[in-house]
Amino acid sequence: MSVVTAEPPVPDEARAAREVYRDVLVELLGEDERYVCLDSDTGLFSATSWGEGARRYLNLGIAEQNLMGVAAGLARSGRIPFVNTMATFAATRALEAVKLDIAWNDLPVRIVATHGGLSAGHLGSTHHALEDLAVMRMLPNMTVLVPADGPATESLVRAGAERPGPVYLRLGRGATPSLAPGAEPLRIGVAQSLRRGSDVTLIATGPHPVLTAVETAEELARDGIDVAVLNMHTVKPLDREAIVAAATGTRGIVTVEEHWAAGGLGSAVAEVVADLGAACPVRRVAVADRFAAGTGGHRHLLARNGISGATVTEHVRRLLA
Amino acid sequence: MSDDHARTARELIVRMCANPEGGHLGGSMSMVEILVTLYRHVLRIDPRRPQAPDRDILLLSKGHGAIGLYAVLAERGFFPVELLASYGTPDSMFTAHPNPAVPGVEMPTGSLGHGLPLGVGFALAARLDGSDRRCFVVLGDGELQEGSVWEAAMAAGAQGLDRLVAIVDRNGLQISGDTEETLGLEPLGDRWRSFGWTVLEVDGHEPDRLRTALSRIPYTPGRPTVLLARTVKGKGLPYIEGQARSHYVRLTERGHRRARAALMRGERTETTCPS
Repeated sequence: MSVVTAEPPVPDEARAAREVYRDVLVELLGEDERYVCLDSDTGLFSATSWGEGARRYLNLGIAEQNLMGVAAGLARSGRIPFVNTMATFAATRALEAVKLDIAWNDLPVRIVATHGGLSAGHLGSTHHALEDLAVMRMLPNMTVLVPADGPATESLVRAGAERPGPVYLRLGRGATPSLAPGAEPLRIGVAQSLRRGSDVTLIATGPHPVLTAVETAEELARDGIDVAVLNMHTVKPLDREAIVAAATGTRGIVTVEEHWAAGGLGSAVAEVVADLGAACPVRRVAVADRFAAGTGGHRHLLARNGISGATVTEHVRRLLA
Repeated sequence: MSDDHARTARELIVRMCANPEGGHLGGSMSMVEILVTLYRHVLRIDPRRPQAPDRDILLLSKGHGAIGLYAVLAERGFFPVELLASYGTPDSMFTAHPNPAVPGVEMPTGSLGHGLPLGVGFALAARLDGSDRRCFVVLGDGELQEGSVWEAAMAAGAQGLDRLVAIVDRNGLQISGDTEETLGLEPLGDRWRSFGWTVLEVDGHEPDRLRTALSRIPYTPGRPTVLLARTVKGKGLPYIEGQARSHYVRLTERGHRRARAALMRGERTETTCPS
């Protein structure tokens, strides 16, 4: 395998989801006094002009357990806090506070977690989050959202802001291209169909997995293989109808995610298929049961860990063989 | 007056510990005067309107003292005392750690180290609201070994939350024994001061002193206050006072009679708080 030494350029219209989120958040704080931004010194807001909302931005320092508890206390008092940290710190270091203080009380805290999946790249396994979707989706009351591009980030941040109960929003780190320019705003719990197809359904979540699914489907189409693509931006509550349609309408499902194979989107989809009793094979493209192989940038790590078009293609061809 | 309230609360605690499930006796008995003083003289609360929007907030961070909180809430009139008879029975709302389904309980707690971060959140919300609401968080001393307490202590000091009050039930004991032999906390006052808090120390079984200390909140403008209340674990039952084995007790019928008799003689019992 060739070693990628530099990240390829991204198109001009690409924006980092976390920057889109930040801009939307500034607007939200200006529009509604209930919104509060709690920072854990992420640096994301260093140059932000909050305007009307300045009083409601608080940097509570590098203390994620306290961050989640404070958010719960604010939410119980009628505020709607946006809590900012990295995905792995939200899902593991601060998990007990998320579980007991936020989820158990069903409080409207929005946990916005950057550096999802392998997007922290060369920062390594301390900063990768390959467990967060499994952890968050098992918590009762939690909504789990993974926008795949800038426009999706805007619509899911706005939809998540208004939703009852807690919301976990997983963002990446770098800029990624727009996947469906001009698409309707996403609705929580309703999968976005990016391509219709009759042979196999690819179900993906997150910027690179969805992009990989779309590109692979186009390549396979040239070989006469008709592959559907679903952007499963809501991991919980899962769009069961879309999965049932895929399980009954195509010959197999391949899931694609930046997450360990255990417990993430692939597991969630397999649960639905198992409950249905459908004879539909489910193959998971995910990081194997080990800490991420290799070192280097995000795209390199994705390829090195098999989150790639080649892996997806292999699974699709075997399902149809 | 307050002594009668405290004795009633202790009788209720002992009665719950006579249930087949038993209960966290020692740490509930040690904080009775603290809770009675708060609910009788300090907190702006109305037992008939436990969710009133302008109420003060009390969080029992040492959630294993739930039966102590339930007893004081019942004694204060949040719900009929008779309801406590369901403690320890299947599907009772009186769970071993505070259940918000019980009128007067604000948040579920019991995993140690959660109350103070929550309290910081309540206090920040009150400040944003321009409200004079105060938030009191009752912590165990062993609980102070949890790191999240100090994350919150640092945040409260940095934010200058002068309507946030931490009350430490300093009974000196945790399950294995002396806190100082397990994971020492002293010099405890200096530790809190260095985190930006005003520190008050008081005998936690002296209602008048507790009341005096707690009636002056905010104590120092721009600084949160911690009250280190020196107490005796198992207070009220001389044969178990100051002993780690009082932590969780299942009283037999005979044990219950003995405990009630000891509480009846209560005013003649002299105990010394650890200094």
